Amino acid sequence: MTALLSTRNLHKTFGKKRSLVHAVNNVSLDVQAGECLAIVGESGSGKTTLANMLLGVYPQTSGEITLDGQQLPARRTLVHRRAIQLVQQNPLSSLNPRRSVGASVRLGLDVYGIGKPSERWRITEAALEEVGLPAAFRKRSPSALSGGQRQRVAIARALACQSRVVVLDEPTSALDVLVQARVLRLLDRLRRDKGLTYVFITHDLSVVRNIADRVAVFNAGVMVECSDTRRLFEAPQHSYTRSLIAAVPVVTEAEMQLRNTLAEESSK
Amino acid sequence: MKRTLIILLRNPLSLLGVLLVLMVIVLAVFADFIAPFPDHKGAVVDFVYFNQAPSDRNLMGTDLVGRDLFSRIIYAYRISLMLGVVVLVISVPIGVLAGLFAGYRGGKTEFVLMRLTDVFLSIPPLVLAIAMMGVLEPTLLNAMLAVTAMWWPWYARLVYNVARSEREEGYVLAAEVIGASQWHICFREILPNCLPAVITKMTLDMGFVIIIASSLSFLGLGVQPPTPDLGSMVAEGARYLPDSWWLTVFPGLAILVAVFGFNLIGDALREILGAEQ
Repeated sequence: MTALLSTRNLHKTFGKKRSLVHAVNNVSLDVQAGECLAIVGESGSGKTTLANMLLGVYPQTSGEITLDGQQLPARRTLVHRRAIQLVQQNPLSSLNPRRSVGASVRLGLDVYGIGKPSERWRITEAALEEVGLPAAFRKRSPSALSGGQRQRVAIARALACQSRVVVLDEPTSALDVLVQARVLRLLDRLRRDKGLTYVFITHDLSVVRNIADRVAVFNAGVMVECSDTRRLFEAPQHSYTRSLIAAVPVVTEAEMQLRNTLAEESSK
Repeated sequence: MKRTLIILLRNPLSLLGVLLVLMVIVLAVFADFIAPFPDHKGAVVDFVYFNQAPSDRNLMGTDLVGRDLFSRIIYAYRISLMLGVVVLVISVPIGVLAGLFAGYRGGKTEFVLMRLTDVFLSIPPLVLAIAMMGVLEPTLLNAMLAVTAMWWPWYARLVYNVARSEREEGYVLAAEVIGASQWHICFREILPNCLPAVITKMTLDMGFVIIIASSLSFLGLGVQPPTPDLGSMVAEGARYLPDSWWLTVFPGLAILVAVFGFNLIGDALREILGAEQ
């Protein structure tokens, strides 16, 4: 089975000669259709650089990215762009404060020519409802929404484009824990319902455990390990992975119970 | 928008500004109906009433050829406002476009546009206007062209700064990832976020343009007689101080009222719109 999205010997450097930085160094990985691949690493490990190359924000220095076996060019066409969408970390800045929520979600529809112009508001509203927001929210300004609601809007924006891959760049790290759990559940449901493929960038291993099928661990631009989520947590191969897992704060049984109860209460 | 207006009208100082500016605009627009002597805007001579102190017949007195000062001030407002609007209407779009592209695109575009801006900014507007008048005919049109040429760089710099910081915001990245055109990103995403700053500056600048226009005609370089202009009225009257004080004081006050009004509104807008961001 060929992977939906894959990179071969992907390389990205910033700066010149003396101050040359290898942000992403020789990364080859495959993302299968329908899976959630988590990319884990500390700040500066090249996670976001990798995401930006997948999205075509800037070209790679060398190596190649393929989607469905087809190599993606440095200058992406709209067809390529439509296939890979982004949900950003900070929902405060990812929505334009001076445009309505609906206008932000609708942008992709207009750019890719999805649906007839007269139908696009309806599609926008459907996308909002899909992420659990009332359709009437489309006329609201982002400032009238909470952090969790804004992140839902950002997810709706990616959904409305009917993309195949969604790059989630720390989508929950700016949210508080309860909201975080709800957004994760939403993402998980959407993936199963719509057969989406996720590239989930995060530094939070507890999130990884909940949502990812496979995990790729990055350290200083190099992918040090890539394996199934369970195997990674049970038998980490690389010493860096071990130190990452060891750094996760331990939660006692009692705390776990309290957390579950709270989560259930809030979802009622 | 509505909220801005409400806050503007609640603060006594900005309310005063709004009232002053409204008064000036109403006087200028309806000058033909309000002025007691509409024909005095031109070359009229009335030696019976020349150089009269303020009285019931002439609220602000008459000038040296017997024209009603109040009427002439009203017509002068019309010209001042027109000048302000013309200068801003031409220079603001140029400056905004230059700043927007420089701020969003960066690189060579930024270098060329912003260094050009710096060159223009290094010449004081009044000095350039005077120099241009030395070469060209000292007409109102030429004076305004000179001021316009010197005015746009301020907007370019203002919008450039806002656009450069907005360009780092997530919503610009989101639009780029979707593949929206540069046109869309500049005008639909970034520009709306620059507008509060631009509108505030435009309000403040109305006052400055009125002062510059008055300064030019004070120096005899702007509006030519017999067209009424606040600056040239002050200049003419200054020779007859302190005896015929009304010749200078009323046109001077008229300038003050208009500039003060626009500045009050501008200051209030700066606070309101700045706080929103």
